Amino acid sequence: MSHIGQRLRRIEDPPLLKGAARFAADISFDGQLHMRVVRSPIAFGRLLGVEVADALAAPGVAAVWTGRDVADIPPIDFRQVRLPGLASYRQPILAADHVRYVGEPLAVVLAEDAYLAEDAANLVFAEIEEFEPVRRATDAMGEFAPGLSSEAAIVHKGYGDLEAAFAAAHDIVELRLSLGRHSGVPLETRGAVACYDAALDLLEIHGAAKIPHLNRDALAKMLGRPSERIQLYEGHVGGGFGIRGELYPEDVLVALAALRLGRPIKWIEDRKEHLTAANHARDQTHLIRAAVDARGFVLAIDDEFWADQGAYVRTHAATVADLTAALLPGPYMVPAYRAAGHIRLTNKTPAGTYRAPGRFEGCFVCERLMDAIARRLDLDPVAVRRINLIPPERMPFERHTDALGTDVVYDSGAYERLLDRLLDHVQYDELRVQTEARRANGERVGIGLGMFVEKSGLGPFDDVELILHEDGGIEVVTGAASLGQGIETSIAQICADGLGARPLDITVTHGQTDRIGRGMGAFASRVTVMTGSAVHQAAGEMKEQLLQAASDMLQTPAGRLAIEAGVIGIIDRPQGPSLTLGEVVRGDAAFKSVTATFNSEHMTYPYGAHLVVAAIDPETAAVKIERYVVAYDVGRAVNPLLIEGQIAGGIAQGIGGALFEEFVYDDLAQPLAANLADYLMPTLAEMPGFEILLSEDAPSPINPLGVKGAGEGGITAAGAAIAGAVDDALGGTGDIDCLPITPTRLHDMLAGNIMPNR
Amino acid sequence: MTKLDINLNVNGETYPIKVEARRTLADALRDDCGLTGTHLGCEHGVCGACTVLVDDQPVRACLGFAVQFEGSQIRTVEGLADGDELHPLQQAFWDHHGLQCGFCTPGFLMLAVAVLEKNPDIDDGELRRALASNLCRCTGYQNIVKAVRAAAGAMKR
Repeated sequence: MSHIGQRLRRIEDPPLLKGAARFAADISFDGQLHMRVVRSPIAFGRLLGVEVADALAAPGVAAVWTGRDVADIPPIDFRQVRLPGLASYRQPILAADHVRYVGEPLAVVLAEDAYLAEDAANLVFAEIEEFEPVRRATDAMGEFAPGLSSEAAIVHKGYGDLEAAFAAAHDIVELRLSLGRHSGVPLETRGAVACYDAALDLLEIHGAAKIPHLNRDALAKMLGRPSERIQLYEGHVGGGFGIRGELYPEDVLVALAALRLGRPIKWIEDRKEHLTAANHARDQTHLIRAAVDARGFVLAIDDEFWADQGAYVRTHAATVADLTAALLPGPYMVPAYRAAGHIRLTNKTPAGTYRAPGRFEGCFVCERLMDAIARRLDLDPVAVRRINLIPPERMPFERHTDALGTDVVYDSGAYERLLDRLLDHVQYDELRVQTEARRANGERVGIGLGMFVEKSGLGPFDDVELILHEDGGIEVVTGAASLGQGIETSIAQICADGLGARPLDITVTHGQTDRIGRGMGAFASRVTVMTGSAVHQAAGEMKEQLLQAASDMLQTPAGRLAIEAGVIGIIDRPQGPSLTLGEVVRGDAAFKSVTATFNSEHMTYPYGAHLVVAAIDPETAAVKIERYVVAYDVGRAVNPLLIEGQIAGGIAQGIGGALFEEFVYDDLAQPLAANLADYLMPTLAEMPGFEILLSEDAPSPINPLGVKGAGEGGITAAGAAIAGAVDDALGGTGDIDCLPITPTRLHDMLAGNIMPNR
Repeated sequence: MTKLDINLNVNGETYPIKVEARRTLADALRDDCGLTGTHLGCEHGVCGACTVLVDDQPVRACLGFAVQFEGSQIRTVEGLADGDELHPLQQAFWDHHGLQCGFCTPGFLMLAVAVLEKNPDIDDGELRRALASNLCRCTGYQNIVKAVRAAAGAMKR
């Protein structure tokens, strides 16, 4: 029986259900000190001095550090998409001469108790000479530091003859679009617990997430220690969404304090800190122009955008702008293309990746464009998309852009088939008629559609070790990480199929740097593709070896043996002799674990479409989503239950970003959404029922399982489809040009009090 | 700051602890009683991850001080399962994939226990309103509703 494809409930759930899980805050060591970070209350200014005497004298305080105390530690470096010139914009672990956003760490207090640490932190006083903050990426450029412009870099991508396309255009459609600032906001805040063992000269760090091996290496460099003298341990992790697990100043401070003070150090972030100090995301403004022919076929796209990077360039460097520019054309042909993305520093919380980074933004922009083209040429929005879709016979399709250092080659896809599946499901023509009838009756209701190509399975490699223990248990050791997405179960399913074992006999060890030499972690929807493929390879090799070993024991040629449900038997002889896997290992001292590496130079590209029906409440201007349908092709679904779960979670976050969530700042760049009553994440009350159409039309040809990642497609087109639906509800005017679509903004728009972006 | 001797009754057991008056119930449960199943997601009463039952009522453990709860019967997620046998709600969350990262799960479980114990025949609208008290960032809630609905049937049997 194949385990791949089964809706297996998760093997990782029992401790989580019983309250027995171990999240960062659940870890404590005897004699630990608690760290509290003192943060800048000012958005931009020169740090004239930090007064710490009162804090040092407070009860239970062991140490107070300012930037001066950590001046020997370099700023946090980039881990991908490093561009020339960005290095000067990296963040120090404690502010040295300037503060650049509200929430920037400028001192830490280390004390016997978390309450005492917070008491003492309130006694630290920073003297700051205030400067005028830069509030928006689209404002006039300012200075990050004397002589250093607030424009850190420009990302350029493009191909084809843009000028010829615009010269030959039947029409040119131009839009100005913007997306608000929001972020992943996992339910568990960040945290780290570090412990230095002087006897072994070993620094242990608990609370690791996402990329333990990469962070270990980065910490080793910053602290001047050999990598093998630092080990990171991932426990349970309360959600990631791109933002958790990047190396932040606080992580380095915890490690440094454990080394310097020789005591365990615990730091658990509070929610206000999280909302002002952990990575923000999105916050882009696009000026997009398209040259189109009379049929609505897009001859060329020229997009210039401004990305609000916030106060520093963190570990992601140019990642988000890179992905935005590389993937904006989505599932469409677009024979000529040019994108220029300005990475601008402002005095807000630094930005990084959040689920579908660059694609949520690019999809919103590209799909608003498709709707605008339809409107301009008086065509059906579906027809405009259809004529632009890349046909299946063009696969694999070279996009002629690069993303995350790889050439963008769409490996497989049947985009129109997916669109038709979605339209059939909702009975689109009928739905259109009904919606128009309701609008004719005075209701403000509309339909929105968003199509997209996602990316997944970023390489370059993934290693696994497969260990068969003497009790017959199978352990998969991987450098991947779990952020709650269910990797233990899906990896066990893949392993079970490759080996002929039962998923319940398989355990998956992840995120422990002392168990495997290297690892890439979990981001960019890479685990099922990369780790899954490595596991598939390792399981195949182990199966060969097991059959060989069993062949001697059972006096039967290996070719006549099979493994099923963890038992090796003779094919067609159900009553014949058999061996359990444990018996083989116990009987063959030479039997070893198996390691395998899966390498990949290209990403694999799942694709999908969101369709939304939304109505505007005439009294409150609130948007009610009546129907939300996602069609998504993942090539091959390892566990549809978990994939639907990923999509469902993405929808919820997408609705949040489209309608509710926004990190608002005032004119002094003070954050106005620094708690969960002001930063509005959807509750059940805001969630519509939703329908998910999972398909497997286009398996990936570039990995042995045919799988594509499923972590992000639930959110990618949410902004696009919801904006399209609200715009349609308003009569298809094109006025919805920015996210989130808050009731206030919509009310003002309906009352004619504000003009749209254009 | 002076510490006070108090007894907290949690899941039928008495925990004699010494806490400052300002110590929250959530911190006392987690750090002084060692019951870390109750999670802190926001510490300002919005997310509900710290929901526990106090005399059968759902309460945000981050919004009360431990000293206020002497003499109350407190129930936390650790008290739900009977040995290896999961509570019907835990079982239903497992069966219906009602959790991903699992951080909000203890709060949702305790909220749902209170809701179903009070009214096992709760209608869908009321149930959705009640469950809208807590935040989950992973699941999109649909499977949580399915799980609670399934558990309601199992708890009546």
